[in-house]
Amino acid sequence: MILARPKTVSSILALVGGMKSLVVAGCQECVTVCQSGGRKEVSCVAQLLEIAGKKRGFPFKIAQVTVFRQCDNEYLVPLDVLMEKADACISLGCGVGVQFIAERYPTVMVIPGVDTVGGGGTVMSGVWEERCAMCGECILAETTGICPVTRCAKGLLNGPCGGSVDGRCEAGTDLPCAWEMIYHRLKKQGRLDSLTRIRPPKNWAHSGSGAMRKVIREEVMPCLSVLPLK
Amino acid sequence: MSIGPAAKVIEARTGSRLEKVLRAGHFAVTAEIGPPKGADGRRIQQLAALVKDYSDAQNLTDNQTAVVRLCSLAAAVHVLNNGGEPVLQMTTRDRNRIALQSDLLGAASLGVRNVLCLSGDHQRFGNHPEAKGVFDIDSVQLTATVRQMREERLFICGEEIKAPPRVFVGAVENPFAGPVELRVLRLGKKVMAGAEFIQTQVVYDVEGFTRWMEAVCAAGWHKKTFILAGVTPPKSAGALRYMSRIPGMKVPEELIRRMEKASDKLREGQRIALEIINHVRAIAGVSGVHIMAINWEEAVPEIVSMAGLYPRP
Amino acid sequence: MSFEPKILAFCCHHCAYGAADLSGVLRLQYPVNIQIIRVPCSGRVSGEHVLDAFVKGADGVCVAGCLKGNCHYQSGNLRAGKRVEILKNRLADIGIEPERLHMFYVSASMGALFARFMAELVETIRDLGPAFSGQEREGGEQLDSRTS
Repeated sequence: MILARPKTVSSILALVGGMKSLVVAGCQECVTVCQSGGRKEVSCVAQLLEIAGKKRGFPFKIAQVTVFRQCDNEYLVPLDVLMEKADACISLGCGVGVQFIAERYPTVMVIPGVDTVGGGGTVMSGVWEERCAMCGECILAETTGICPVTRCAKGLLNGPCGGSVDGRCEAGTDLPCAWEMIYHRLKKQGRLDSLTRIRPPKNWAHSGSGAMRKVIREEVMPCLSVLPLK
Repeated sequence: MSIGPAAKVIEARTGSRLEKVLRAGHFAVTAEIGPPKGADGRRIQQLAALVKDYSDAQNLTDNQTAVVRLCSLAAAVHVLNNGGEPVLQMTTRDRNRIALQSDLLGAASLGVRNVLCLSGDHQRFGNHPEAKGVFDIDSVQLTATVRQMREERLFICGEEIKAPPRVFVGAVENPFAGPVELRVLRLGKKVMAGAEFIQTQVVYDVEGFTRWMEAVCAAGWHKKTFILAGVTPPKSAGALRYMSRIPGMKVPEELIRRMEKASDKLREGQRIALEIINHVRAIAGVSGVHIMAINWEEAVPEIVSMAGLYPRP
Repeated sequence: MSFEPKILAFCCHHCAYGAADLSGVLRLQYPVNIQIIRVPCSGRVSGEHVLDAFVKGADGVCVAGCLKGNCHYQSGNLRAGKRVEILKNRLADIGIEPERLHMFYVSASMGALFARFMAELVETIRDLGPAFSGQEREGGEQLDSRTS
């Protein structure tokens, strides 16, 4: 899932100071799983805003809605009627959701309610770790399913570096050295010789370092079923 | 890019003094100069003048521990201007492949004949932990790049280089960040990528270093590259204890106790360095020492003399 | 007239509610400012419940559960304790004093302690004053009436 971390409500309040009508929008996918933007979190954020409004003596009017997904226009339809009268929308969806909402309602201020962190998974309840940097050029087969871009602090393709001690990464002693993990796994799989292969420099143009990326699959794009009249 | 499966040992005749000394079979001595945190090159010039006759080449560190310092390229030029033989340290942390290849051309054009390729300490250690760590390429790829630029006269992208940089290229290795098999594999990879000399992390644990060298020689890498053991004279027990906490460093407890008991700490520190030099000199496959006496460069002439390594060939 | 705080106390059925009951049996008074809501376990109390209390005009909230190690459902009280800590931070972040929210661990036999804690809580909240000022400006709802 895409991992996100809640922003403080005070940072949201700083932006909605003079406003009255707010929409707090959540998402039932990733941010629900990592408990930062699902229905419950939407409720808490809305309640905290309401309490703050009461305290300042000028209450907000807050609508809450949690959609199936924010990253698809058809699922944003439930927001249409709420956004008509809204002064601002606080989206607890990931950065994609915030942008889709902003694009659909360009006259309304859209505020992110979470900081989107990366692609990751659940380690245990309450702990989520990044695993995928979405670099656009996956080499996980070569590295036994351990990503050197996310899990090696230096993104080495020919690691480890000299700072890897007792299997720990120099950038954080609670982090394992990805390349030592890869070494152990390659050994278990009898593929140690692949460590001797020198990997050439990565093509970063596929990653976010290039320009905005698109994925286009023409075979599933809509077809014209009616020929245009002359 | 094309990276040869087996690095050929080429007598590049780069004109590097370090290369000449090593190929002639002498026990080499390199020193290290840490550039200042300001725009004043005078200290570099002073240190160059101080150590140049006691070493075959002098390393200039590249924003070591991710702390902003006068850049290694400029520092190398200061050393050149004062009769020294700089080893330009290049990390991949701060510069992408465009800048690295560019800096290499610049350095070579100014007379720098030695380059050391490293990944670089992670930016979190330094004084700008919020900086973006570049790491466009890693140290192995950089090593291969330098060789490719020199031998095949090609940039990473495959374009031809009109005037290739003629530099003697080295890399680093840490004998103490185990497991040993992985460490030796990695050294091999660096040699395969084209590292003509290797400078190791500081050796205090001579036993551990000996074991590593045995494994290195068993794999035959000592014949394909020149290995220089890292040596740092400690200034105090506190300094040793501090170093023991740095990732990748191994400091035996007896050494710390020895420093604690010593009455003349500086004298003891030099003595320890001397013992280590003598010890590693006797190990098969060791071609020299790399003396890293940061903030105590003044100790280098004394240590080199005591070790019987002065004058240099 | 001095301000009379409105305080909501979520009390777990097994221990805290028992303690409240016992204090009644022992004829120990605790102030009427405390309104008790019985829950099966303090861990059942969610952030939404606590915040709802403040939205509806509470000046203080208490979550009361079993003594640590004695939760009927293993760790419900510990979870409640963690939740309360986070909520205190979130309240402080928007300008509500974190002292308005408390976690209280008690056993069913501690009727006297319960009464004393609640009495002290009322005074703590009284000293803090009303959570929200009396009347709201244009367009706002009237707050629940309070002794003025």
